[in-house]
Amino acid sequence: MSTGIRIGKTHASRDRSLRVGPLSVRFRPRAMLAALACAAAALAIAVVLIGSGDYPLGPGKVVDAVFGNGNPADVFIVRELRLPRAGVALLVGAALGLSGAVFQAVVRNPLGSPDLLGFTSGSAAGALVMIVLVGSGAGAVAFGAAAGGLLAGVLVYVLAWRRGVHGFRLVLTGIGVTAILTGVNGYLMTRAKLVEAQRALLWMTGNLDGRDWADVMPLAVAMAVLVPALVIGCGPALRMLEMGDDAAAALGVRVERVRLVLLAGAIVLVALAAAAAGPVSFVALTAPQLARRLTAAPGPNLLPSLFMGAVLLVGSDWIAQRAFSDNPLPVGVVTGLLGGGYLVAMLAAQRRAGRI
Amino acid sequence: MTDKAGVTAVPPAPRSAAGAGPGTAEPRLHGDALTLGYDKRTIATDLTVAIPDRSFTVIVGPNACGKSTLLRALARMIKPSRGHVLLDGRDISALPAKQVARTLGLLPQSSIAPDGITVADLVARGRYPHQKLLRQWSPDDERVVAASMEATGVAELADRAVDELSGGQRQRVWIAMALAQETPLLLLDEPTTFLDIAYQIEVLDLCARLHREEDRTLVAVLHDLNQATRYATHLIAMRDGRIVAEGAPAEVVTAELVEEVFHVPCRIIDDPETGTPLVIPAAPGTPLGVR
Repeated sequence: MSTGIRIGKTHASRDRSLRVGPLSVRFRPRAMLAALACAAAALAIAVVLIGSGDYPLGPGKVVDAVFGNGNPADVFIVRELRLPRAGVALLVGAALGLSGAVFQAVVRNPLGSPDLLGFTSGSAAGALVMIVLVGSGAGAVAFGAAAGGLLAGVLVYVLAWRRGVHGFRLVLTGIGVTAILTGVNGYLMTRAKLVEAQRALLWMTGNLDGRDWADVMPLAVAMAVLVPALVIGCGPALRMLEMGDDAAAALGVRVERVRLVLLAGAIVLVALAAAAAGPVSFVALTAPQLARRLTAAPGPNLLPSLFMGAVLLVGSDWIAQRAFSDNPLPVGVVTGLLGGGYLVAMLAAQRRAGRI
Repeated sequence: MTDKAGVTAVPPAPRSAAGAGPGTAEPRLHGDALTLGYDKRTIATDLTVAIPDRSFTVIVGPNACGKSTLLRALARMIKPSRGHVLLDGRDISALPAKQVARTLGLLPQSSIAPDGITVADLVARGRYPHQKLLRQWSPDDERVVAASMEATGVAELADRAVDELSGGQRQRVWIAMALAQETPLLLLDEPTTFLDIAYQIEVLDLCARLHREEDRTLVAVLHDLNQATRYATHLIAMRDGRIVAEGAPAEVVTAELVEEVFHVPCRIIDDPETGTPLVIPAAPGTPLGVR
């Protein structure tokens, strides 16, 4: 009878097991390290980002001010002006990274991102309705974006349902819904007055300017619930789903139920992320791919993707704000350039390797 | 329906399966008055079938006869629109999914090996129904995965990527994963399709050994009638959603049956290697019913 903590090798696998009495967990050291490294990098970039600008602060001072120490001016600038923006960047990035990994695993396609599946266009449509037709303020626009994303999610799911939701059908339905919504959004833009159109365009690029704590809260609350539900609750079943519906069902996964929970959770995250920062492109697509390259582990790599998403967005925001300091860019421009560039580079590499 | 001596013609009424001796309780897996289909297309109605315990049951029949559909229903992959599949006397659709997965395994027709996964990691996934949130890798899991790879001859491939393997090796890996599930019943949906003859024999020999040595009940759908008669201890022949005959291959397989089920005129001789029935299709141009 062994008590105490034992770390063991698993049979011919790079995974390790950690056993305490009858309890055990299985993990892959490299994947854990990758996740931790991404989390640390995201926080470090956030500290640098908060510390830079017209009123520069050293990293030590930033950390002090975050916890309410230091001189009142520093604390005010950090906690009221810059921290909410960095917080939105971290949370939106994390939400997009996680949901991207979920979508890609559920549809079994590396292109399964919310941009392609129609949820982003849904959020854009919701926001445009609020900006152009209702003419409402930022809070209502965020609400419109969340509602639009959720509605598009429900629509795609229902339209794709036929004795269960098949990954390929989901992608095709999503492309169709995206096309329709792109038309709707174009129409809404033509109805907009110049000021509204400018505001709408800025929103649709993905933007973190002027975010305050009210923008952080809905996403933070949703993530507190959904991250454990998706990662711990559904993660193991999602691994099985990767091998096909039949294989997963044979192993005792309730395929349709798990898939519904996963899709619903990921759609809520994407919709709230869009509400907080607009439809930031390409993070959901790229974060899981980059995370997988770091971990070199099979499986959906949910946590590494989550932290990688945070790195990408907070890093992009840093570039957006500081690279051209007299003329800051919306963050969506940077993620689009970086993400699109990465995608093209990856395709080119694969083409050279003869895989496509 | 032909009713020659030795041919067990099976009307829809339930009957005790051959192989389950007198005094044995009802078999662990059976389907009772099943109506099966997809959407509005009905494939079988009022189908009753029993899988004899500890048998190697093989289901044969022409394309679209419902054999895979029946297997999928027995494996609870599709829900019958009428009737019940019973596992240990209880409706399989009412049992907890993980509990069923600890009793009944399925090798589906096609599964997807995740990108870059190694053999050991894939086989380890077969332990899923035995795991809990905080019991993710017990010494039992370790032992069973090693034994499953050993039994299927893939232990030396353990750290290779599955997508680098040959078709036969890959199929053995999937079987190893199903074995790691440690189920007394194992269902295989066309395990030899897409394999060349050498790999077909390799996979079937493996199945026969698992059946013989590990006291498992195996049910497989096969296309090749001669392979079925060689390996099966219990044969189920289907046509148009009905079971035409079932029983030990030596008793069931006759020229009349093959002609009825497959519409192929033929002769049956003893397989010179195994003594099991060997189906020799008649020369081209031979009309049905004339031999």
